[in-house]
Amino acid sequence: MAAAPGSNRPVTGDPSIARPVLDATDLARALTRISHEIVERNHGAQDVIVLGIPTRGVALARRLATLVGEIDGIQVPVGALDTTMYRDDLRLRGVRALEPTDIPAGGVDGKTVVLVDDVLFSGRTIRAALDALSDQGRPRAVQLAVLIDRGHRELPIRADYVGKNLPTSLTETVHVQLEEYDENDAVLLGPADLGRRTPPPARGEAAR
Amino acid sequence: MNRHLLSAADLSRDDALLVLDTAAEMDVALAGRSIKKLPTLRGRTVVNLFFEDSTRTRTSFEVAAKRLSADVINFAAKGSSVSKGESLKDTALTLEAMGSDGVVIRHSASGAPHRLAHWIRGSVVNAGDGTHEHPTQALLDAYTIRRRTGRVEGLNIAIVGDVLHSRVARSNVLLLSTLGAEVTVVAPPTLLPVGVHSWPCAVSYDLDAVLPKSDAVMMLRVQHERMTGGFFPTVREYSRRYGLDAIRMASLPEDSIVMHPGPMNRGVEIAAEVADSVRSTIVEQVANGVSVRMAVLYLLLGGAMDGAAE
Repeated sequence: MAAAPGSNRPVTGDPSIARPVLDATDLARALTRISHEIVERNHGAQDVIVLGIPTRGVALARRLATLVGEIDGIQVPVGALDTTMYRDDLRLRGVRALEPTDIPAGGVDGKTVVLVDDVLFSGRTIRAALDALSDQGRPRAVQLAVLIDRGHRELPIRADYVGKNLPTSLTETVHVQLEEYDENDAVLLGPADLGRRTPPPARGEAAR
Repeated sequence: MNRHLLSAADLSRDDALLVLDTAAEMDVALAGRSIKKLPTLRGRTVVNLFFEDSTRTRTSFEVAAKRLSADVINFAAKGSSVSKGESLKDTALTLEAMGSDGVVIRHSASGAPHRLAHWIRGSVVNAGDGTHEHPTQALLDAYTIRRRTGRVEGLNIAIVGDVLHSRVARSNVLLLSTLGAEVTVVAPPTLLPVGVHSWPCAVSYDLDAVLPKSDAVMMLRVQHERMTGGFFPTVREYSRRYGLDAIRMASLPEDSIVMHPGPMNRGVEIAAEVADSVRSTIVEQVANGVSVRMAVLYLLLGGAMDGAAE
């Protein structure tokens, strides 16, 4: 079995030669806008719970839940949903270490669940997340918020809230850096990582 | 981690911690859910190949595999072609030809899983071979200790009783010392194997001297079915010197726990009031066994298989 990666998603490419797409201020503005959109769309934040997809989606989910809570003056439940066990590419790559799943007390039944991830790419992670969510219960509705939509979908999935649409080529890599894990808040677009990536089959989340 | 789980000694510290962490995430992932099932091993087939009687281990592996959506085939030697004289190798090859991805084997002969691992392409999990090893039991014991006390490293752990016939003792000594615990085996000299002094543990003949500094005490079953000679004069004498009763339990440190891999001989190695006390983790051990075996099956069978059809 291949060595399982640690808690941080493998960062491919070299961020030092990557081009900045969003800086910390842009990122904060995008999250603020998304939080307002969540409140607007759901007519308030009652029954909204925010679930992040590890690793960076969890940090984004916490920030969004705080922002939404401030707008509506309530505490918005926030948690994490690990999709590892539901992935369709486990057989193609080695097993991965599991990330924590943390469903807020009260569960997801009858709630509006906002799934949060950093980058929307093939859509396969979100498919896995939908499967994982349906085993947790039956939400009233599921919405998807992503910081970056980089295109190249392989499944009929779209995001309800998008921080930034970023047209990319398949050979480029998107690096999302968050203070919780990295030194600062930023989104970088880097060139292809020729060393690590094997082309089509392994395309997908490894080379975001 | 290797492709097989044959011995606790094959596990590096990182491997062992990966299994324990994965088991903890399995616990969390399934806690409070109405659907206690994960789709991860859908389409994989796990064969439970049991040449020796077992309830908890076989059931535990079966539940673990089913919770991961694997197909499970239970094979008991009784009532099979083994009773017509079929060899282990032929039995294994037959099962593999039917498409098994993983084989969980229990056998009365020490080393049978090692032989099996050379014959078949799938993963082999040792579920107890003779008096040799039982690595998943050691993993679930380590998991139980970690859940109860928060850590394994630096703890003093006593393993008491029939060490000679115990595969649980050997696997636990190897695994717990890998994880950084100080292990002491306690037994009458007749129930210690030759070469026990080369094990990574201390050896004592005096239970009362060891108990006051033990953070966990693991009582072993007296395996009457494997005893052909006189290992101790009478059961009563054994129980008086090496059995854990309420008075001995009182000499344990305040937070220490009492473990038993089961099945218990109540009144021989462990008194009923000890087995049912709040310190006892015996029922927890069974529940934790499912999580740990799920983690093992996931880590061995979840990823790409060698020679998998693409």
